[in-house]
Amino acid sequence: MLELKNISFSAETEDGVKEILKDISMKIDDGFLAITGPNGGGKSTLAKVIAGIIKPTSGKILLDGEDITDLSITERAKRGVSFAFQQPVRFKGITVNDLIRLASGKEITMSEACDYLSQVGLCARDYINREVNASLSGGELKRIEIATVLARGTKVSLFDEPEAGIDLWSFGNLINVFEKMHETLGGSIIIISHQERILNIADNVAVLSAGELKSYGKREDILPELLGHTSAVCPVLTSSMKGAQ
Amino acid sequence: MNNIEKDLLKIIADMDGAVNGAFNIRANGSLAERHVTENVDIRNKTDKDGIDIIIRPGTKGETIHIPVIISESGVNDLVYNDFIIGDDCDVTIMAGCGIHNCGDEESRHDGIHSFFVGKNARVKYIERHYGEGDGTGGKNMNPTTVVNIAEGGYMEMETSQIKGIDNTSRVTRATLDTDATLIIREKLMTHGTQRADTDFSVDMNGENSSANVVSRSVACDNSVQVYRSNINGNNKCHGHTECDAIIMGDAKVSAIPEINANHIDASLIHEAAIGKIAGEQLIKLMTLGLSEAEAEEEIVNGFLK
Repeated sequence: MLELKNISFSAETEDGVKEILKDISMKIDDGFLAITGPNGGGKSTLAKVIAGIIKPTSGKILLDGEDITDLSITERAKRGVSFAFQQPVRFKGITVNDLIRLASGKEITMSEACDYLSQVGLCARDYINREVNASLSGGELKRIEIATVLARGTKVSLFDEPEAGIDLWSFGNLINVFEKMHETLGGSIIIISHQERILNIADNVAVLSAGELKSYGKREDILPELLGHTSAVCPVLTSSMKGAQ
Repeated sequence: MNNIEKDLLKIIADMDGAVNGAFNIRANGSLAERHVTENVDIRNKTDKDGIDIIIRPGTKGETIHIPVIISESGVNDLVYNDFIIGDDCDVTIMAGCGIHNCGDEESRHDGIHSFFVGKNARVKYIERHYGEGDGTGGKNMNPTTVVNIAEGGYMEMETSQIKGIDNTSRVTRATLDTDATLIIREKLMTHGTQRADTDFSVDMNGENSSANVVSRSVACDNSVQVYRSNINGNNKCHGHTECDAIIMGDAKVSAIPEINANHIDASLIHEAAIGKIAGEQLIKLMTLGLSEAEAEEEIVNGFLK
């Protein structure tokens, strides 16, 4: 179980110090958690805090009772935290196969690597020896990114907007990937998403807005409230949209 | 031949025991062993130190090994090798130089390789540079490659120098006739206080000729690399040059690409990028459980693969 205790994070901006995360506390049990909320609300920052990429200004992170707040990215990865980037990184020379091999932490056979790629809807034969460079499209990179997290198979899997850049055709498959992960992997699957279809398959939903945890609980409790209150996000926008209808 | 020399041969020319095809091994400044075939003749030059490698027109599928090894300290070797590749050939040439220097005197090899690629011939030329030995004597190599490609000819040149060489100055000059193609891929890694200078110059004289010169390098510690390329489009042609370097520690890298279009239908591109390993690349690999040093190693190995 992952536990966040009073996590705050502030950063220097042009307008002075800005609080990006404000005193966030949550217990994340095994299962599927979707974190949603408006852009700039602090979702990606929270994911990076969990992965160890950003050190919180204050607060603690516990993984199965162990304080991991001061552990490095590598140490957290070794303890079972995986993170799929919102914008996957490109590498000159490193192939898809290299990345999946590094992710799985062992030498893997072609058929194992292929299995991860086909789960994300890529024909393994076409991709396995491709370089993870600019020749791959944004959508292809996103799927490879998801495949690396599948290959790791750890107890905490974080996905930052996995649906971004994925075409509509593949979206259904993506949902299947997460459902299958949910069934087979166990552990916590934490997905940052704006997509209702992803929120719909979550066990729990958290809403993060302006750096604060606005609501957190079971999907069936949070979702109706969230979808009924879009006006709370931006009254001007929603009223203009209503006017347009 | 001693074990040091055998190991060097394995590294630079994949020569391990019996080798098929023609070869010429030069060790410590003189001929060590030679084998010719029906299609490939190798003769000593009469006017200077070096050999002529003459490949009969139409020869296909043969690999020719021309390695140079230096295992003694203080050897200063200068050699001229001419490769005359007949029309319609399709061959692979593996050359390379390995220096093992345990002494305190400079060991140096300067090779001047000239290629005459016949009409519609295809050549793959692989050149590896390697230095080892913990003596204080310098391990220096200065290869000059002169390439002339006739109508419809094709040459692919792969050069690599991974660590070990203290000082290198590589000069490559190429002239391309109608429909001729030249592809150069350079891989370079320098350490310590090593210095590597690369200077490519390609003249595309023939219509529809094309050249692609790509260099990938990693400069570590206090090493210095200078990359120069000069692509001249003198006819309807395509030219591309790319220099991509990763810089680490206190190393210095300069890239000086030059393209000259001397014809209205010459199409030329140059790209050059130098920078340290991107932080996000390290972070990504660290999220897969690699330490920062391991991540760096994977990125560098991939880059130079």
